Amino acid sequence: MEHEKQQVIITIGREYGSGGHLIADMLGEKYGLPVYDSTIIETIAKEKNLNLDELKKFEEKPRNRLFTRSIDGYSNSPEDVIAYMEFDFLREKARSGESFIVVGRCGSSILKGYRGVISIFVTGDMPEKIQRVATEFHVSNEDAEMMIQKNNKSRKLYHNFYCKEKWGDSRYYELTINTSKIGFERAAEVIDCYIKERMGDDWAEHIAR
Amino acid sequence: MEAIAAIVIFVLMFALIILDKIPRHYITLGCAAATLIIVFGVCMKSPQAIMETLNLKTIITGNFWISSGESSSSGINWETIIFVAGMMVMVEGMAKAGFFRWLCLTIAKAVKYKVMPILITFMVMSAVLAMFIDSITVILFLAAVTVELSQLLKFDPVPMVLAEIFCANLGGSATMCGDPPNIIVGTALGYSFADFITNTGVIAGIALVVSVVFYALAYRKELTASAAANAGLTVHYPDPSEAITDKKEFVLSCVIFLCAVVLLVTHAQTHLTVALIGVAITILTLICFARDAKEIIRGVDYQTLLFFIGLFVVVGGLEQTGVLVMIAEFIGKLCGGNILAMVYIVLWISAVASSVVDNIPFAATMVPVIKTLAATTGADLSTLAWGLSIGTDIGGSATPIGASANVVGTSVVSKAGHPVSWGRYCKTAIPATIIVLGIAMIVIKLRYF
Repeated sequence: MEHEKQQVIITIGREYGSGGHLIADMLGEKYGLPVYDSTIIETIAKEKNLNLDELKKFEEKPRNRLFTRSIDGYSNSPEDVIAYMEFDFLREKARSGESFIVVGRCGSSILKGYRGVISIFVTGDMPEKIQRVATEFHVSNEDAEMMIQKNNKSRKLYHNFYCKEKWGDSRYYELTINTSKIGFERAAEVIDCYIKERMGDDWAEHIAR
Repeated sequence: MEAIAAIVIFVLMFALIILDKIPRHYITLGCAAATLIIVFGVCMKSPQAIMETLNLKTIITGNFWISSGESSSSGINWETIIFVAGMMVMVEGMAKAGFFRWLCLTIAKAVKYKVMPILITFMVMSAVLAMFIDSITVILFLAAVTVELSQLLKFDPVPMVLAEIFCANLGGSATMCGDPPNIIVGTALGYSFADFITNTGVIAGIALVVSVVFYALAYRKELTASAAANAGLTVHYPDPSEAITDKKEFVLSCVIFLCAVVLLVTHAQTHLTVALIGVAITILTLICFARDAKEIIRGVDYQTLLFFIGLFVVVGGLEQTGVLVMIAEFIGKLCGGNILAMVYIVLWISAVASSVVDNIPFAATMVPVIKTLAATTGADLSTLAWGLSIGTDIGGSATPIGASANVVGTSVVSKAGHPVSWGRYCKTAIPATIIVLGIAMIVIKLRYF
């Protein structure tokens, strides 16, 4: 039971352009924990010798209700199938006692039974998100805004389809943080403080060593 | 007023089935309750309509069990429900004994595990099995074995599973018991197994030969390239006998299956209705598998049976309020007395509608429509029935959501890590569907006009 006591699973939900992924990487590096994001589907494809490009097309995407159907628990939505593959992967990792960070992929909801789960949602103000996306992808501000809206809509539909808890609703997360106010690094520090408080001194010392 | 209420409930039922948010048996049962209360109770104030739609009296009549005549198409078609339940029990027993896996592996072994021969034999096997067993079960086992073989022989299982799905729907169209729309058409209009096999069966037979050639040509490059790239690999092939869980049960399941086939093929001569065949098969299966009877009964898909019951009540609402007569009159006017055009319209409307919506409610709705059409225009009812059956069964093949076998097959192959997009599915399914419908049109013209 020792590993169960020590296990920490940090789930990071994020708005597009808010820097949630960057913060996940910072925390991963600080704690020496693996960060699971699109790497999940890469691992699955490698293990099962599958075509990664084919799988990626349907990853973290909402199911189209009009163009797919379910019969006796068999769904022919590729989005559904990939989502459940990823959920099984995460559940297996959690069951094994491993500590890790997961970005998106309904992590907060599907792993909520585990004591070590700390759910965080990273948000940001639109001007800062536009600036970040425009710089990173070399697109105009208008295009960046469209990308943000489109991706956030997709993430929200995806999350709300598989989870009872609503995407981005602060009542369902332990901590919701706006990176536009204090920047990514400070946001990561605030989250770090919260995690240490939450996990207790022993865990903080163990991580520090 | 009552007609509007019946239409609203029917449209709502279809919309909810398409949205797929609530289990479909809850939808049809909820809409059935609304039909009974709102349409028959509040609007029509007709206990007689309720009794006619529930159709319970029919079960205690002798004609329900021993007859080959026409039964009532009004309300719940209990003959269909009892037969489907019986076949579900039989299939549960067969699956438990390992029959389907054994059959697939035996055929793969017989063709020496060569990819193209496997494609062709599995397509034919899919069609033949689907003539007697529901296509969901056929595809469930066939797709699982195809995926297993694809991992051993290193080929992409998607093309093969897509071809199997198409052939399962095609095989289902050949007989009265192959596809739920045919069971509904057959029991409601009093057609026998022989009637179907000599009419839709002929179309399906010709179409099967063409479809095998079409799919073999369409996927030859894809399948042979991947297999050739991995030629020379040392592969441990599964032994078909490993699939058999219990030899005694396996033999018994084969005997029961043969009995079912014989009873179905001869039911026009013996005058046993499909309801009686369903009950006989159930009793036989439960006696032979007495040890696992509880498990087998638990395995029956009650949700589908409840879905059927609710569906028949909702369609009964449309029938009692005269909506279906209006539709029939509209189709009749549209054709202006041209009977061939009428059959073609029924064929194509059924095909297009079934490619996007569930073909079971569509067939249940159309049966009273073609009955009215035949009565009012002098068209031959059986020709309209064959057009309806082929249209609903084959049209369902065109898209991934058109028929239950398509959903289950694409789901099995997706779960194995090979997601199937609409584009990939429709690339071969739409041309194949159009070809088969074209064959059906030619056969109908040459044979009946």
